[in-house]
Amino acid sequence: MIELDRITRGFQVGDQLVQALREVSLNIAAGEFVSIMGPSGSGKSTLLNLLGLLDRPNSGTYRLDGLDVTGLDEVAAATVRREKIGFVFQFFHLVPRLTAAGNVALPLLLAEVAPGERKKRVARLLADVGLSGRADHLPAQLSGGQLQRVAIARAMSMNPSILLADEPTGNLDRATGREVLALLEDLNQRGTTLIVVTHDQEIGARAGRRIVMEDGRVVTDKVS
Amino acid sequence: MTLGDTLSLAWGSLIHQPRRTLLIALAMSIGVGSVVVLTALGEGARRYVLEQFASLGTNLLIVIPGRAETTGGAPGVLSGQTTRDLTLSDADAVTRLRGVARTAPLNVGVAQVSRGSLSREAILLGTTADMLEIRHTHLARGRYLPPGPSDQAAPVCVLGERIRAELFGTDNAIGEWVRIGDRRFRVIGIVTAQGQQMGFNTDETVAIPVAAAQQLFNTESLFRILVEVRGREAVPAVKESVLALLKTRHENDADVTVITQDAVLATFDRILTALTLAVAGIAAISLGVAGVLIMNVMLVSVAQRRSEIGLLKALGAPAASVRLLFLAEAGLISILGAAGGLILGLAASFALGRLYPVLPIAPPLWAVAAAVATALVAGMLFAWLPARRAAKLDAALALARR
Repeated sequence: MIELDRITRGFQVGDQLVQALREVSLNIAAGEFVSIMGPSGSGKSTLLNLLGLLDRPNSGTYRLDGLDVTGLDEVAAATVRREKIGFVFQFFHLVPRLTAAGNVALPLLLAEVAPGERKKRVARLLADVGLSGRADHLPAQLSGGQLQRVAIARAMSMNPSILLADEPTGNLDRATGREVLALLEDLNQRGTTLIVVTHDQEIGARAGRRIVMEDGRVVTDKVS
Repeated sequence: MTLGDTLSLAWGSLIHQPRRTLLIALAMSIGVGSVVVLTALGEGARRYVLEQFASLGTNLLIVIPGRAETTGGAPGVLSGQTTRDLTLSDADAVTRLRGVARTAPLNVGVAQVSRGSLSREAILLGTTADMLEIRHTHLARGRYLPPGPSDQAAPVCVLGERIRAELFGTDNAIGEWVRIGDRRFRVIGIVTAQGQQMGFNTDETVAIPVAAAQQLFNTESLFRILVEVRGREAVPAVKESVLALLKTRHENDADVTVITQDAVLATFDRILTALTLAVAGIAAISLGVAGVLIMNVMLVSVAQRRSEIGLLKALGAPAASVRLLFLAEAGLISILGAAGGLILGLAASFALGRLYPVLPIAPPLWAVAAAVATALVAGMLFAWLPARRAAKLDAALALARR
């Protein structure tokens, strides 16, 4: 479902051009669990941003579900993100003044889902991550693991086909990290394509497909 | 995102920082409030002056001896031109013109009025019976000057309320005699207390027949002739015929000036409206200042909420939605400020009205509408730059940081 063809992305830093991605070609099928690992500056975050349409390549093409999304304009790219892609971040990025339910409802708000339907879906999503009782809590009243589960519920609220996670356990202790990972694996079992960028060898090892990047290139791509 | 959701999200972020929101709204309120109060004052002054004029009658012509070649100043008097006198027979001739309802000749002077040992200086009005109607004067007691030929110098007088009080106190005044200058006059009427009217106080005047005043001051000429025209639309025509008549009577010399009440009224109206507008404009500057404040606070807010903006974009909000969200925040603050300003302004106008009951202080509707509209437009306009900055924010960069 994801087809990257010779994607290149460089950044101008001062008077120097830094190549974050050098002709990366990659195919990811629907339902895969892919981990992307590599040292800092290897281009894995850039790759994730490109996959999430938050960034554009300098050259190469990106086809998503058979559709060329490389040159989509800002509004169309936003629509694709809303409909097909869910994001989970290392720092959760919950809106502090909104309750757990309010945060989960944000994508539904953007998609103009009717309030009644919205409420039902938010309740079900929170139940799925085991936080039914915390719907009215503000982020400041929740623990790290709970915050990340709210974030996952939010990412899944539009039922996206791809879930992009950037260091989802990077800010959690080991036990909570395992719980969150279990939740993500569960979603993957139910059919969501899961792509995780991580430093954590344990997570990397659990992925069905392990990609290692170095210096803007894919150096290993192993399927177990 | 629907407009309702946008507004409720914006509202949520405003009440999340109540102090900040209230302070900006207060700045906006002061701007709107000052426009409302200052225009209310200006409008009050304008209406006060117009009412004063209107109380003299709007279909009034005033004939003044001497010809004004330039605008401004009392003609002839200041320039020292020699002029032909306006006489009582001129006044009688004007009375017989078509379209003239009534006329009143007027002589004005200052004289000593005394009763027994009590004495004081008073403004003496030499005039005729028709003055009562023309000046809309009301009698408290007795009669006004008797009707009849204007050259009859009957020894009667009508006292202003203050003069009566000072000379007679609690005694009955009607039918009693007072001495004015070197003559004796019988009091036949008292004018009701009216207070200030166009600068001079009717309460401190004494009215006597014009012929008696001319004898007293030893003069043949009149100070003014007041002409009341039948109907307002006839004013220009009557003005022309008065000028023509007096020109023939004065050996073909156009040596009088005729002022219409309307012209004076219109001039004052223009001046005071301009004044009100100028004051409102100055007050509107504070609205601009409030706008800059909104811009500053919104810029800080955008910087503080980078990750939230990035998140919204990642969740699929197009730039336009993000921009609209920030504009909605500015709009809500502006509405809050405008509402506060209206309350502030109306309360202050009311208090001022209580303090100066003479002035009919009320903010004109156009000023209220303009103040509110300016507040909203200024708020949105100054929020445009911060909102655009938010919309253009690079989501990937904004999310990379904590």
